[in-house]
Amino acid sequence: MSTIASAAPTSRGEQLIASSMPRRRALLLLMGSLVSSLGTLCYPILRYLIPPGETNSSANDALAGMVGELKPNSGKTFRFGSRPALLVRLATGEYRSMSAVCTHLGCTVQYRPETQQIWCPCHNGCYDLNGRNVGGPPPRPLPAFDVEVRGQEIYVSRKQVA
Amino acid sequence: MKTAALIWTWIEERFDVGELIAPLRSKTVPRHRFSIWYLLGGITLFLFFVQVLTGLLLLLYYRPSTQEAYESVQYITTRVQFGWLVRSVHFWSANLMIFMAVAHMFSVVLLRAYRKPRELTWVSGMLLLFLALGFGFSGYLLPWNTLSFFATKVASEVAGQVPLVGHALLVFMRGGEDVGGATLARFFSLHVVVLPALAATLLMLHLWLVQKFGMSVPPSVESHWTEVPEVRQEVRFFPDFLLRDLMAWCVILAALLVLAAALPAELGHKADPFAPTPFGIKPEWYFLAQFQTLRLLPAKIFGIEGELIGVFGFGLAGALWLALPFLEGRLGRNGSRWVRAAALLGMVYLGSLTLYAYFAK
Repeated sequence: MSTIASAAPTSRGEQLIASSMPRRRALLLLMGSLVSSLGTLCYPILRYLIPPGETNSSANDALAGMVGELKPNSGKTFRFGSRPALLVRLATGEYRSMSAVCTHLGCTVQYRPETQQIWCPCHNGCYDLNGRNVGGPPPRPLPAFDVEVRGQEIYVSRKQVA
Repeated sequence: MKTAALIWTWIEERFDVGELIAPLRSKTVPRHRFSIWYLLGGITLFLFFVQVLTGLLLLLYYRPSTQEAYESVQYITTRVQFGWLVRSVHFWSANLMIFMAVAHMFSVVLLRAYRKPRELTWVSGMLLLFLALGFGFSGYLLPWNTLSFFATKVASEVAGQVPLVGHALLVFMRGGEDVGGATLARFFSLHVVVLPALAATLLMLHLWLVQKFGMSVPPSVESHWTEVPEVRQEVRFFPDFLLRDLMAWCVILAALLVLAAALPAELGHKADPFAPTPFGIKPEWYFLAQFQTLRLLPAKIFGIEGELIGVFGFGLAGALWLALPFLEGRLGRNGSRWVRAAALLGMVYLGSLTLYAYFAK
């Protein structure tokens, strides 16, 4: 191309300075530098896109409720870190607690007094009062928590791995 | 390579891309001793793209509320990987973009590139510069720190001085009587939706006009070329001028990264609307000249509020400057000299007052 460009006066009569390099080489140079600079710039951008880990999702205990708040044979959900958890008072008056996130597709489960089971409405999954998956699609049991009554307050904590 | 050729043929058969880019193939750029100034517009464009990219990244973590704005910016700079870099590049690129746009404007005036047929290119460029200042003003508040909070308060108070509509303007800007959550929400939507939409439209018009008319040759060079046609020189846009453009962009990108790494954007303290205004409240540097002028004006001039006269003066100067290509002809034979004198005076005025305000205690 440069040979054509250096052929002086064009139709408008001006001098066209000869291209210092052929188009193909210029294109390759452009593509090469573009790709390598983009590659370099992509690294910090990709790292930026990865969200830093949440700090509050790894909470180890939470206030689940007050004594007397739940009647026997009933349940409630409460906030445990950034996820919902379930506190159940059995007909015997005993407290049980477990994660309320269904192990199937992540819906929030609830206590059903009439069947005395934990039930997920999304796909009809059933868990027993220990959190074991006993019916429907859930693949794993719900992680169970330790319950401790301190005065009037009910605290729930992750099970300590012995 | 065969696959690439096949894909190219497939596209070519349907969209006739070859014809679309044909003007770029034959496009030439005049070469003379002022050619270097042709680079400024391209640099400003490049910095605008940097702003769009870094702005999109900041949007991933920024939260526009008085409770969370400051904390989310803090989170970006301290917790997100390379967040400090993204924010600092956005900050420095914004400042450089305004500087380059202003330099581009003055170079256009001094090389008289605004003259017929490029009047609308000038107007669209000036409107883009006003938008850039709007971007700077609205973006300044978003980190919700003390400095930006009070700067926004003062600036909207100045807008409130405008006769008749002042108070309505102030309430419109603030989204209420005071600078607060509503102001932040307004400035945020302005900064990330309204202004980008306007800027993208105007930018396309500006670039189309630049392509349509080609690069302007300064009258002094033009007359010399008419006398001695043999000295007329041009280079191809592709690849020669584009390579020069890219070289300039690389230099600017390097400068941007060095500035961002060496002088990262500061965050300051979270805004507290009930704390006293701290000492040394200043706007961004590109508003310093106006800020200092308002401070220097006496409280009353001929019985009228000094600030009012100042604000009116800026408005008038801006409007006249915008209409520059249409006014020059009305100034008579020496019109271009008056314009040059006004441009030099403007540069000296803006430069000296900015420096004065910057170093003033």
